[in-house]
Amino acid sequence: MLSRSTGILAAAAIAAALSLFVGNSSAQAEELKGAVKIDGSSTVYPITEAVAEEFGAEHRHVRVTVGISGTGGGFKRFSVGETDISDASRPIKKKELDVAVENGVQFIEIPVAYDGLTIVVNHDNDFIKSLTVDDLKKIFLDGTTVKTWKDVNPAYPAIDIKIYAPGTDSGTFDYFKEVVAGSDGSIRSDMSVSEDDNVLVRGVAGDKGAIGFFGCAYYFENTDKLRAVAIDGGNGPVLPAKDTIEGGTYAPFSRPLFIYINTKSAERPEVDAFVNFYLENGPELAEEVGYVRLPSQIIELTKKNYAARKTGTQFLDKNGEKIHGPLAEVYK
Amino acid sequence: MSSATIPSQTSLPVGRLKSKTVRRVREWCIMGLLIGCGVFSIATTLAIIIILGLETIHFFGLDEVSFVDFITGTQWNPLLGAEKHFGIWPLICGTFLVTAVAMVVALPLGLITAIWLSEYARPGVRAVIKPVLEVLAGIPTVVFGFFALTVITPSLRWLHEGFNVYNAASAGLAVAVMCLPIVTSLSEDALRAVPRSLKEGAYGLGATRFEVSVKVVTPAALSGIIAAFLLAIARAVGETMIVSLAAGNAAKMTADPREEVQTMTAYMVQIFLGDASNFGPEYYSSYAVAATLFLMTLALTVIGHRIRVKFRQVYE
Repeated sequence: MLSRSTGILAAAAIAAALSLFVGNSSAQAEELKGAVKIDGSSTVYPITEAVAEEFGAEHRHVRVTVGISGTGGGFKRFSVGETDISDASRPIKKKELDVAVENGVQFIEIPVAYDGLTIVVNHDNDFIKSLTVDDLKKIFLDGTTVKTWKDVNPAYPAIDIKIYAPGTDSGTFDYFKEVVAGSDGSIRSDMSVSEDDNVLVRGVAGDKGAIGFFGCAYYFENTDKLRAVAIDGGNGPVLPAKDTIEGGTYAPFSRPLFIYINTKSAERPEVDAFVNFYLENGPELAEEVGYVRLPSQIIELTKKNYAARKTGTQFLDKNGEKIHGPLAEVYK
Repeated sequence: MSSATIPSQTSLPVGRLKSKTVRRVREWCIMGLLIGCGVFSIATTLAIIIILGLETIHFFGLDEVSFVDFITGTQWNPLLGAEKHFGIWPLICGTFLVTAVAMVVALPLGLITAIWLSEYARPGVRAVIKPVLEVLAGIPTVVFGFFALTVITPSLRWLHEGFNVYNAASAGLAVAVMCLPIVTSLSEDALRAVPRSLKEGAYGLGATRFEVSVKVVTPAALSGIIAAFLLAIARAVGETMIVSLAAGNAAKMTADPREEVQTMTAYMVQIFLGDASNFGPEYYSSYAVAATLFLMTLALTVIGHRIRVKFRQVYE
C-alpha cells in the first residue's frame, strides 16, 4: 500500500514537474500524451507497475495509473469500458464476457507470466514442512471443525489457526477455491480477507499460527517474514520456485497471469505504445518482481496476437464452458 | 470645504436613486445565492437519504435476505461460505467495541484537559496548547491509521502477546487520539462560557480551585460537555480509515478488544474497493449497513439535542 501511494505521489510529482517544460519545447511535439488506465488483480500489479514505471521514464507525458481492485473488480470496470487494460490472475469468466459483449467492449487477451500461488505461514512456524491438498481442504473448507493446527495433524502443536486470504473478488481466491473446494464447494467464512496483499503479508507475519496465500511475488518480497509451505500434489512436497512453477511440478498451484486490452483503447497511440512496451519488457520485469517468465514461443505468440488484434478469450469454449489445461496447449 | 460640499449635495438624489436600484439588485443576488446554497446542501442531504432508503429497500426485497435476520442475526458472512448470512450484529459489535475503547480514553482525558485549560492553565500556556490540540484535528485519519498499525499495534503486542495483528484496541486508541481535540476544544468552550460571577461566588464562599472546577463550573457547563461527548461518539462510530487499516476485516461477535473485528464502515470500504463484483445481495447489503449507521448517528444527534435542552442552564 505504501509503495503504491508513493508511486502515485511520485508519478504526480513527475507529471507536475514535467508540465513546466511542456511549453518551451517544440521538438517534443511528437511525443506521446494522454493517459492509460489500468485496474485489476493485485497479483499482476507488481509487473504492470514495474512496466508502467519504465514506460514512464521514456514517455514522460503519458500518465499510467494502475489500480488494485482484484481481478473481478478490474473486469467490472473493464467490461463497461472504464479502463483501457485489466490485470487478471485468471482468465475472464463467462458472466464478465457477457457484460463486455453487452457494452460493445472487445479485447485482446495476453498472458504475461507464470505465478505459483504460494501458501505461506509465519517465519517462526517451524512445525509445518509441507501440506497436501487434503490438508488444505481440512483447513479451508466451509463447515470444517479444524480450529488449531493439532486438528490438522496430531503431530502439530495446538496453536490457533488464523487465516488471511485474498478478497473473494480476486483471481487468486477464485483459483484457490477451485483447486481446494472445487467449482461448487465453498470456503469457510471466518477468515480475514483483504484485496490488498500487503495486509495479508502483515497479518501472517504477525501471528505464529497464521496461514495465508497469494501470488509468489509477494512471498519472494517478504522471505524474511514469511515461509512458503511445500505443497504435496501427489508426487511429494514441492516448493514454489522458478523451475517448479514453469515446469508445472508445483502443482496444482501454478497458473498463468494475464492482461486484457480494450481493442478500442489500443487504437490510441499511447495505449498501443504501452502495450508494445509491455510485450517487449514484461517478461524480464515479471522475473524481476518475482514471477516466472513465459517460454519464448508463447512470448512470440503474444506479440503476434497483439499485432493481429486477435480478440476474445481462448479459455472459454463456444458454450461458455471453461477450458482447462496448460497454457502452452490452450493459448494459440 | 463649502465649495466641495455643494456639488455633492446637488448630486445626492440622483446618486441615492441609482444606489437604491443597485442595492436592491445586489440584495436580490445575495439572497438568491444564499438560498441557492441552502437549497443545494439540503437537496444533497435529501438525495443521499433517498438513495440510501431506496437501495436499502431493494436489499430487503431480495430473496436471500430477510429483515428479521438482518436485525437479529449474529452471523455476517456475505462473501464467503456455502450459505450467506446477513446478520448486522457482528458489525455493530465491532463498531461499538472500537468506539468504546476510544471513548474510555478520549472522554475523561479530553474533559480533564479541558478543565485544566480553562481553570488552571495560565493564559500564555493556554494560548499555545489549544491551537496545538486543534492542529491534531487537522491530521488526515489515514495518518492515524498508519500510526495505529505501525506504532500502537506493535506496542500493544509487546505489552501482551494476546493481541492480534489487527485488533480493536489499536484502532480504538487511534480513534481516541483523533477525537481528543473535539472533546477538549468543545468542552473547554463550554467551561469558559460559564459566567465569571458564578465562579467568584463560589470562591467567595471559600471554595478551593478544585471544588470550583468540579462542583460549580463543570455542572454548569454540563450541556455543552455532553454535546461535545456525543459529537465525539458520532465521529468515532462513523470513523472509516483508521478502522479499515488497523481493526481488520473479520466480522465477529466479540467483546475482547485484542481480537480482530470489522466495523460497519470497514465493511462498506471492503465492498466498494472491489470485493463484490456483481450487483448481488452483498453489494446492496452495504446500503443497508449504511442506513443502519445513519440511523445510529441520527439517534445520537437527537439524544444529544434532548439532553442539551434538558440540562441547559441559562445565566443572566
